[in-house]
This record gives sequence, structure tokens and C-alpha cells, in this order.
Amino acid sequence: MTKELPNDNITVALAGNPNVGKSTIFNALTGMKQHTGNWAGKTVSNAKGKCQSEKFEYTFVDIPGTYSLLAHSPEEEVARNFLCFKNPRAVVVVCDATCLERNLNLVLQTMEICKNVIVCVNLLDQAKRKKITVDLQKLSSLLGVAVVGTVGHKTKSIRPLLNVLDDTVLKENGDYLKINYPENIEKALDILSVPLKKLAPDNINHRWLALKLLEPDFSLSQEIRTFLGEDFFENDEIINAKAQAKALLQDDIENAVAKALITKAESIAKEVVTKGDNKKELDRSLDSIFTSKTFGYPIMLLLLGLIFWITISAANYPSELLSDLFFYIQQKLTALFNFLGAPDWLHQSLVLGVYRTLAWVVSVMLPPMAIFFPLFTLLEDSGYLPRIAFNLDKPFKKCNACGKQALTMCMGFGCNAVGVTGCRIIDSKRERLLAILTNNLVPCNGRFPTIIAIITMFLCFGNRAISSVFSALILTLVILFGIIATFAVTKLLSKTILKGVPSSYTLELPPYRKPQFAKVIVRSVFDRTLFVLGRSVAVAAPAGLLIWLLANISVGDISVLQHCANFLDPFARLLGLDGVILLAFILGLPANEIVIPIIIMAYMNTGSLTELTSITAMRELLIANGWTINTAISVILFSLLHWPCATTILTIKKETGSIKWTLVSVVLPTLLSIAVCMLFNLILRFV
Amino acid sequence: MNLFDLKKGQKCRIDKIFSKGSIKRRLFDIGLIEDTRVECVEESPQHDPKAFLIRGAVIALRQEDCKNILIKDLEI
Repeated sequence: MTKELPNDNITVALAGNPNVGKSTIFNALTGMKQHTGNWAGKTVSNAKGKCQSEKFEYTFVDIPGTYSLLAHSPEEEVARNFLCFKNPRAVVVVCDATCLERNLNLVLQTMEICKNVIVCVNLLDQAKRKKITVDLQKLSSLLGVAVVGTVGHKTKSIRPLLNVLDDTVLKENGDYLKINYPENIEKALDILSVPLKKLAPDNINHRWLALKLLEPDFSLSQEIRTFLGEDFFENDEIINAKAQAKALLQDDIENAVAKALITKAESIAKEVVTKGDNKKELDRSLDSIFTSKTFGYPIMLLLLGLIFWITISAANYPSELLSDLFFYIQQKLTALFNFLGAPDWLHQSLVLGVYRTLAWVVSVMLPPMAIFFPLFTLLEDSGYLPRIAFNLDKPFKKCNACGKQALTMCMGFGCNAVGVTGCRIIDSKRERLLAILTNNLVPCNGRFPTIIAIITMFLCFGNRAISSVFSALILTLVILFGIIATFAVTKLLSKTILKGVPSSYTLELPPYRKPQFAKVIVRSVFDRTLFVLGRSVAVAAPAGLLIWLLANISVGDISVLQHCANFLDPFARLLGLDGVILLAFILGLPANEIVIPIIIMAYMNTGSLTELTSITAMRELLIANGWTINTAISVILFSLLHWPCATTILTIKKETGSIKWTLVSVVLPTLLSIAVCMLFNLILRFV
Repeated sequence: MNLFDLKKGQKCRIDKIFSKGSIKRRLFDIGLIEDTRVECVEESPQHDPKAFLIRGAVIALRQEDCKNILIKDLEI
């Protein structure tokens, strides 16, 4: 085959097992900010990014991490289809040096499909720590392709990879790897390759295609029709050759193929990997503690509580500081409007409406978010989350669900929309739906600050040092309640509309990694916190204006806001709320962060208070409007269990592709929150 | 004996795999075929699942899935 001249833009695929630092390398190459974390399944669709080397401009495509190209999960099909039919100029297969043997399995499979493969042995630093050495030169000569060693998070170590890529692109195309299969399979392949050579294009490995055609549960037919023509399977030559070839195969061809690949990977690994004496591995000792019968569950709770305690106690001060600052600016703005002689309605709607709502969102929501997000990301980076899944697998199994639901549940703490997308790591459709529909039952970052603020105001008001510990404790209990609700609803669903038995799955417990503190903090603050804050600000500004209008446009004697609140009030009272609170939750649909600011705005416009600078003043305002501890608890329960935010609903629609399930995802928590709040207030009445 | 009989710290080899469908392919993915050496490294607090060291990676499997995997050459 002749070499195509490299044009301006060369497509290179980035493949690899899950959780080998592929996204980190992709980010280093392209300067992009794909989310990374220490667990399998973060990259769920192809991400693209450009990168300039000394000679060429490359478009890197980060395809989902897969263990192999044999199986039939959605991400594996995305990966295989890209490699097989999109003809990338080269494929970089990223491998984990600490676990090279299993990674080689994918390398071999990729080399069967693609001609220009480069093996990138990543995480060399971790391998070194584990006293594992990889002979890269030997690996290169055994495989017959270029091999580069990298340390993913060090940008410097990426350059050699680009140089090798330049060389590979300039060279002639390599050849497909030929794995030796048992004799009968080889003969069958020879027979079927004859018509394929005529009928299938040159840029597909005919031997591999023949192998796929002979598999019993063949999953490529749709792709082949799309890329090789609708009538490909009706061709007589193909049909005849396939029948002849099939006659030669006695037992399971899949077994034989897998065995050939695994044995080859094993023999290569034996030659290139040397393991030093590493008697008691740190990972094993850590796992003995984190998954122990005695400490496993207490440590999970303790870590959760610790994160909340740090968040609450560290957020106090900046919150007040911001609030003072914004109030100072508000006074200046008012002065400016007066100075310019602006009409009163303009001043009121812009300053008291839009600005004040914005100020509330930023001062109440930003500090806890900016502290919680990085802490959570550190936990995610360390590799602890899969241990949570390991510990909680049995309870999830009892609910006929998948243990990986624990992972998606944890992601929900950051953002429910992200948690819902993350449910793609669950293979079984039924179990994925269970995870999607219950994700909303753990409070996301938009709801934490609301719950924290209410706890601080009503349940632990007083001495700050003691109250922050106490607040963290109560918050942990609230979360625990959310987790129990997750299990209960999962069980309920799997006994009713989502019946089924738990399916089989494997869960990898990756090595622990030391989180890269500086990077985590920068990433989580800039990429996640500011993103979420931006979204809530974008919602808060119009919401502020709307609420001001509602509060100031009167129909009859009272404002529209009051009309709405009065209308909702009788029902809201049954839930232990009031009309304003329920209205705030309804208006807070686009972003949960604005619920408290709306409540405050509404009370301030109807009441006499006009200045609000501290949490004490806020508490007094709420009490003046009839709040009691019971109201506070009802609001917390409602906030924890109520319908998902608009972004999450849209994500659920996208992920399930079904209006029915999207409706269920809204109706179910709505009914749950109403039922729980009513029950709580009913009990109160009799106590 | 099946894989779930392996206790924490014990090693063995895989004798036969009777798993079917997607889990069979998942086992291929992690390199689990006949004669593969396996060590049980962890048990979850409620004893199920168990985590096994398979070709350098730690993989957790549920009791139901282990039952279809028979073992041999147990080393205690």
C-alpha cells in the first residue's frame, strides 16, 4: 500500500484501558480539560482536540477507555467502530505500566485492526514506586511498533510521544498484526478472506473482518451495512465462504480467540516486565482498612462527615466577608442611582431585584461550593470511590441493582447531571435506569449550601466552633437519609416497574494514587465551581427580576407574588412549608442554588426588613415569617427529595432517550418529597 | 471448588469457566481464562463481593459470578 502524503490535519486516535491516564495525556496534548479521576469509565464519548507538533497539526480523538474490542458494551462499540471504520492515521494505545499484561491484550487487538499503532506506556512513576520495570525497547521489538514511556501529568514527558508520532506518520504504513490462532480457525479465515479481499475495501483488515463474521453473536452487522454496502450479506460468495468456513469450526471460536490473545499478551509481558521485591504493598494495607469488616463503613461516614465539617467551618468566614462586600456595593449602587436621578422602579428592580439576588447566590453558595468541590475531587482522584462501590455492592445487590451505582451516586454529590451521565458505566439497561432515576436523591452542590445554611440557622445556632462540628454531623445524617432513600427507591423500582435480577459485572479496584493537590484545586475551582456558579448566576439574574416584578406588580390589593404564594399556601402547609417556600422551589427549577435567595427576596418585599447583612439577620427574617425548627427540617427534607433541576432533567432525557422515563424521574421524587414531608408533619402533630 | 471458596490471602489457578454471555467476555477482558493464576486479596465488609488479583489488577466479583468459575491447585 502506498503512503498518503500527510496533509495539514492528521487524525490520531487515543485508545486504552479505562483509568490508565488516557484523559490526562489527552489534556496534556491538547491543552483541554477533560475531567479526570481515578476510576474506570470517565470518558464516555469521543472527545476531540488539536495539537501542534514540530512537523504537523494533529487532531486527537480520545475514544472511550475499554478493556478490549471483543465485547459489546456501548463504549466498546464506539471505540471499535472508530478504529475500524474512521481510519485514523495512527492510534496511540495508552497502557498502564503497573498492569501492562492486561493492557497488552487491547494493544494486540488494536494492532489487528489498525496499521500504525504506537504504544504509550504511562504511569511509569507509579510502576517505579511499585518496583515494576518495563523494558520499553524489548517491548517495541517484540510488538514491532514504536513504544514511548510517559508520566501522564508531566507535560514534559509528552514531547517524545509527539516526536515518535511525527516519525510514524512520515514512515510507510505498517502491517496488521497477525495472531496465530488454532489450525482450524486459520483455515476458516483463509477461506473467508478470499471473497473479502474482493468485496471489502483495502483499509480494513480482511483477516480480522473474517474472524468477526465467524463469531456466533456477531455485533457488527449494522456497521458493515453502513460502511460496506447494504447488500454485503446477500452476496453469494460471502454466504458460501462463510458456510464452508463455519463447517471447520467445532467448539467456541470466541474462547479460542480470547485465549490466543491473552496467551500472547502473557508471553510478551513475561519478557518485558520485571517485578522487584515488594512484599507488603501499600495498596493492600490501605484496602485492608478501607474495606475491613469493622472499619469499612465507619470510615466512609467519617470521611463524609469530615468533608462536610471542613466545608462548613471554612465557608463561614468568606461567606460573611462576601456578604459584607456585596452590601457595601449595594449601598454605593443605590447612591449612584440616586445621583443619576434614575426612576425609583429602575433602581428597585435592578438593585433590589437583580443585584441582591445575585449577591445572595454568590455569597451564600460560592464559598461552600468552592471548598466542597476540590475536597470531593481529591477523594475522587485518590481512588477511594471504587472502594465505596466495593463496600456497598452487597446492599445494592439486595436491591437488585449494580454496585457501580455507588459510584454514580457519589458523583451526584458533585452534580446530579454529571452523575446521570456517569450511569453509562453500568452495562445493564435496567440497572442503569435504576441509577439514573435515583441519582437525584443525593444532594448536589447546588443544594448543599441551601441545606447547610438552614442547618446553621435553625439547628445549630450559637457557638461557632461547636456548631460547625454539630452542623457537619446533622448534614451527614441528612445525606445518610438520602442514601437510605436511594436504596429504598431502588428496591421499590426493582420490585415494580423495573423488575429483574442483578446482572453480572466486574468492578476494578484501581491502585491508590497520590492526588495532585495544586492541579485538583485549580481544576475544580475553575472548571467546575465557576461553571456551576456561572450557570446559577445566569439563572439568578432573571429570577431576581421576575421575583421583584411578581412582588411589586399588584392585582387588586396584593402583589402577584402574594397571590401565587397564597394559592400554594394551603397545600404547602400540609408539607410543613409555606406558599413562598414552595413557590421558591418551583421557581428554583432551573438551578437549586436560587431557592434560598428567592425565599429571602419574597419575604423582604412583603415584610418590613430592608437590610440583610448576616446569617443572624437572615434567621430573624425567616423567624419573623413564621419559620420554626419544624419548617427548617421540612425544607431540608423537601430540598433533599424533590424534583431534579432542569439541567438534570434534560440530561436524563438525553441519556434515557425516553420521555416516559424522564417523566418518571420528575414525578417519582416529587411524590416522594410530598409523602415524606406530609408524614413528618403528621407525626409532629401527634407528638 | 469455585472461585468464591478462595479465602483472603489464598492463591489458585482457574480450572474451568462456565460463565456465559457478557460476563464471559468481561472475564476475557481482564485476562481470566483457564490456568490463570488468581489470588484473593480482599473481602467486602459483607463478605460479598470478593476482590481478586488477576494479572496485576485487582478485580471484584460477586458470588453469583464466581460460582461458574472452578478452581484448582489451591495454595494456602
